[in-house]
Amino acid sequence: MHSTNLATSPLHQVNYAPKVFDLSKNTLREFNQALHEVKDASTEPNWEVINPKGSHAVAVGAEHPISIDVQGSVGYYCGGMNQLSTITVHGSAGPGVGENMMSGTIIVKGDASQYAGATGRGGLLVIEGNASSRCGISMKGINILVRGNIGHMSAFMAQSGNLVVLGDAGDALGDSIYEARLFVRGSVKSLGADCIKKEMRPEHIAILQDLLDRAGITDVKPEEFSRYGSARTLYNFNIDNADAY
Amino acid sequence: MCGIVGLFLKDKSLEPQLGALLSEMLVTMTDRGPDSAGIAIYGGGTKGHGKITIQSATPDVDFKGLDAELGKKINAKVSSAVKSTHAVLDVPSDKIAEARAALSELRPDVRVMGAGEAIEIYKEVGLPVEVVKRFDVTKMSGSHGIGHTRMATESAVTTLGAHPFSTGPDQCLVHNGSLSNHNNLRRELIRDGMRFETENDTEVAAAYLSSKIAHGQNLGEALESSLNDLDGFFTFVVGTKNGFGVVRDPISCKPAVMAETDQYVAFGSEYRALANLPGIEDAKVWEPEPSTVYFWEH
Repeated sequence: MHSTNLATSPLHQVNYAPKVFDLSKNTLREFNQALHEVKDASTEPNWEVINPKGSHAVAVGAEHPISIDVQGSVGYYCGGMNQLSTITVHGSAGPGVGENMMSGTIIVKGDASQYAGATGRGGLLVIEGNASSRCGISMKGINILVRGNIGHMSAFMAQSGNLVVLGDAGDALGDSIYEARLFVRGSVKSLGADCIKKEMRPEHIAILQDLLDRAGITDVKPEEFSRYGSARTLYNFNIDNADAY
Repeated sequence: MCGIVGLFLKDKSLEPQLGALLSEMLVTMTDRGPDSAGIAIYGGGTKGHGKITIQSATPDVDFKGLDAELGKKINAKVSSAVKSTHAVLDVPSDKIAEARAALSELRPDVRVMGAGEAIEIYKEVGLPVEVVKRFDVTKMSGSHGIGHTRMATESAVTTLGAHPFSTGPDQCLVHNGSLSNHNNLRRELIRDGMRFETENDTEVAAAYLSSKIAHGQNLGEALESSLNDLDGFFTFVVGTKNGFGVVRDPISCKPAVMAETDQYVAFGSEYRALANLPGIEDAKVWEPEPSTVYFWEH
């Protein structure tokens, strides 16, 4: 698509109609390759995927400030390694949605399977349904907001970033956690090793309010959440634990 | 890796389509398990009749004249329906054990895949699409069925190493995962009188459940017990004459998605397997919880 003369010719105003890929006809590789080949995001800002039917690796490695709407449910690793793009899944996502995402936004309208946002280094992952086990495992700076509940072993070895859960958390939340912040509004079935409940100070209220605002969540208040994080007792080897090895 | 599919019909009008629906689900899971594939299908049982599904590497030789020889030996009317390397023998339901014993004398190389009043089991090495075609699965009808695509880890790629495994009447089990204490359990089960055909870990799980059931537990209780006694990764889908059950280990690494509508309950290792089922857009879709036994029964 040519981007010249846009300012001078109203007839050539940017066409905001989305580029549509039908995964029952186009191959996944064609679609992902097209995303990688975007030259000027301002001239092709809207993309749409239809008939994903649980396909794996949809919109992996997108790296431009474009908007991608996926009409249906996806399989493994949707939006992996995302940078700058805004991906909306109008359905549910399989394992590893947003794995290792760097920036941008991924919104899942339905549920997400295990290890959503795993190892994510940045950006915003919003799951409007529930997330399954190991949500935010080894997260390294990503912000994850889950409207529903999260499954067991979430935020396992989480290093930095924020995990916000409006519902309940399953067993072993934050096991062996480093420095990520975990905010849970509902109950926590059990805390993992070295994860403890912490005081909500004004700076945490401010961080949480900002995250809720960015995710467009207006029906809950940050004061309704509890904060969990690392007790920092696993940071160094403790000779008293030698027998455990 | 392995792929599992399962379909339990609530709406009888879908029964003629069971084989076709299950076949499509199974083929979708090819890249999770291209080594071999199998299905257990339940249905079509007539009162007083039992079915024994047998398999042979040389069906032309082994199945020839078998009806008459077996019928004479057990003194009953026996008929058979041959499908490629498999045949389903129709024997009186009270003579299943007798027929199996006679079969091992008449045709020692023929393997029994499963037996009961409703179950038929077909499994072979090869791509799922080829296995489906070989046994004409798309034309089968029934009330419920389970399928498996195998990527072998714990034992060789052979017909007998394919799933489903059946170790009790009308019972079958398919597995995604691997068990780490199967050798020890196998020894204990052998002492308990169970027989094994393979070195496969899943066969041990199937025999474990059959043994618990033989000792008086119902399937739900047997599945609960398995959570304590089996060590390793597992998502199991089991079938019985009237029912269909699911259980996952406490860690639940192995994927599982379920869908339920007024017409059916469906299981898939991935949503892809369910994506073309009728009415899936409005189905309740969820992931089964870890350490939780799910069971549906007609």
